[in-house]
Amino acid sequence: MSATTLPPGAPGAGPPMRPTRVSAADSSASWRLTDRLGLAFAWLLGLLFCAIAVAIVAFFAVQGIRYLRPDLLWTNPRVGYTQGETGGFLDPMIGTFLVAGIAIGIAGPVGVGVAVWLSEYGRPAGLARVVESTVEMLAGAPSVALALFGILLFEAPALGFLSETNNGVVFGKSFFAAGAILSLVALPLVVSTVREGLQAIPNHVREASYAVGKTKSATIRRVLLPAARPSVTTGNMLGIGHVIGDTAIIVLLLGDTQTIQGVGHVPLLGVLRGTGSTLTSYIFDNAPTGDLNQPNKAYAATFVLLAIVLALNVIVDVFGRRAKELRWS
Amino acid sequence: MMDEELLPAEERGLSQDQRAELGLGALVCGVVLVLLAMLVFILAEAWPSFAHNGLSWFGPGGNADTQIQAIFTSGDLQQAPQYLIHAWPLIWSTILTTVGAVAISFVCSLFVSVFMVEFAPGWLKRILEPVVRLLASVPSVIYGLIGVLVLVPFIGNHLITQSEKASVTPVIPLSGYSLLAAVVILTVMISPIMIAIFAEGLRSVPRGWLEGSLALGVNRWRTFWKIAVRTARPALIAGTILATARALGESVMLSMVSGSVAFAPTPADGLIFLFEPSRGLAPTILHNTDELTSPPMKHTLFAFAAVLLFSAAMLSLIGWATKQPMKRYFNVGGAAA
Repeated sequence: MSATTLPPGAPGAGPPMRPTRVSAADSSASWRLTDRLGLAFAWLLGLLFCAIAVAIVAFFAVQGIRYLRPDLLWTNPRVGYTQGETGGFLDPMIGTFLVAGIAIGIAGPVGVGVAVWLSEYGRPAGLARVVESTVEMLAGAPSVALALFGILLFEAPALGFLSETNNGVVFGKSFFAAGAILSLVALPLVVSTVREGLQAIPNHVREASYAVGKTKSATIRRVLLPAARPSVTTGNMLGIGHVIGDTAIIVLLLGDTQTIQGVGHVPLLGVLRGTGSTLTSYIFDNAPTGDLNQPNKAYAATFVLLAIVLALNVIVDVFGRRAKELRWS
Repeated sequence: MMDEELLPAEERGLSQDQRAELGLGALVCGVVLVLLAMLVFILAEAWPSFAHNGLSWFGPGGNADTQIQAIFTSGDLQQAPQYLIHAWPLIWSTILTTVGAVAISFVCSLFVSVFMVEFAPGWLKRILEPVVRLLASVPSVIYGLIGVLVLVPFIGNHLITQSEKASVTPVIPLSGYSLLAAVVILTVMISPIMIAIFAEGLRSVPRGWLEGSLALGVNRWRTFWKIAVRTARPALIAGTILATARALGESVMLSMVSGSVAFAPTPADGLIFLFEPSRGLAPTILHNTDELTSPPMKHTLFAFAAVLLFSAAMLSLIGWATKQPMKRYFNVGGAAA
């Protein structure tokens, strides 16, 4: 084949060979019909996939531009008869950021800790296996099930200080509750990404650090974690992406009030103990199947949410590339 | 991993190290405990519903919606608690949507990932990768919105004929909220997850193995399917498992698109089967969240969640078990899992 044009065992024989292999000599013209049909099918599906993505983005871009008015961004949802009277979605937007902040504030440190333990310590081996399957199970757990667990957990009187309490009955729905359960959604992503980043660091880096007299914990803190910083960022961004996209947990655990309803008089704490909504639950309620049924508002909010998701994607892309550029040789 | 003996045996340094290890160990145990607590709490809360119904919980019989309504009212009005539920229509809907979407998207994802890794020209590769990542990160509520505003009206107005609607009117209204819409959108939702994991597995196949086959004169298409796809089997399993779990637990999109009647679509109806509405377990939980105040209702909803959780756990167990015998031969693809 065309591989013979390169000297055998040449350094970097992998990538440079690529262009030569897609040469005319090896084109699909000589293949059997079934193989060519298969390739055509693969082309079709690949292009269809791109077309779906383009269609989704274009559809919501058009609808968003049509229905998004600047005042929607800084007014709160109100009760009204027409779609002109019901206000915008400032509070849902703030809610999205609050929930994402709480969730990643828990899942980030915990996830990095779990990843460090799995990749650097991992003893006893039995516990390591249990932890691995725990993370795997969390990744596969249905988010409604997580949400129901949250309802059970945060209705416990011992955790009453995290939400509204009325005559000893704990309401159990608050930004704290939703954020804490959403951190379980983000955790597997953070753990797997950071762990991958740590495992990509070759052992001689650790050995060099030990050789200059650093302890293991100092090596982790000063050498390994800084080197894995792009993966930490990527993991957190992926986690945030999942958190702001989740609806079931928000609907069940955030109380589903349209505006932020604080509890008590302490400024920030009161808000976090109170209920509210996020962009996802706002869209859910405003869809034709929801309680409010205002498609125009749903389009506008979807446009904003999609823009946030796209921005996160770009950040992940940039840092993911940076993580790959880090070469150890 | 490292030789601790090589470290300076300073009292302070060592104890600090040990403290770090113990602290991280405690954190890790905490995460495990949270998961265990979740399993125990949900099962304990679900138990009354299973205990009152026995195995007929999973069976067909009666109208699940009226049963759920009776359960709710009995608790709400503080009468003697009702527990009678035959959840088969809900389970059947979950099975249909999940299996349908996973089957379609497995085939599509396999072709797309093979195309993306090996056969696409460079420029298309550079487009496809971010596209996959974007589609994977679009929130499910947005998919649901597309379904409700575009796909459901399209199916209702153009695909279902008036005579078809009339033929089943006494049983169930056909309005476009259908199994077809649910499966199509679920396929688009879970394909990116599969493609990402499949592609990672396919990429980690050593080039030398492929070149060995190419050198024997096998064409590129055959080579890739016979060598790379086979080698990446652990990754294929891992991707399918993760996507299936996602499909099982999907509640928001399905509650918007699949219609909200506890109706079991029957394949015996012919093509109309695809247009029949249904509601799976997860959407049912979401649909009835306001009714958690009624104790028997709470137990019933937790029983739905327990079934979902149990299926997800079984899935990851099956995945683990099927990967074990392959691990010996295919270490390459397994790295991606």
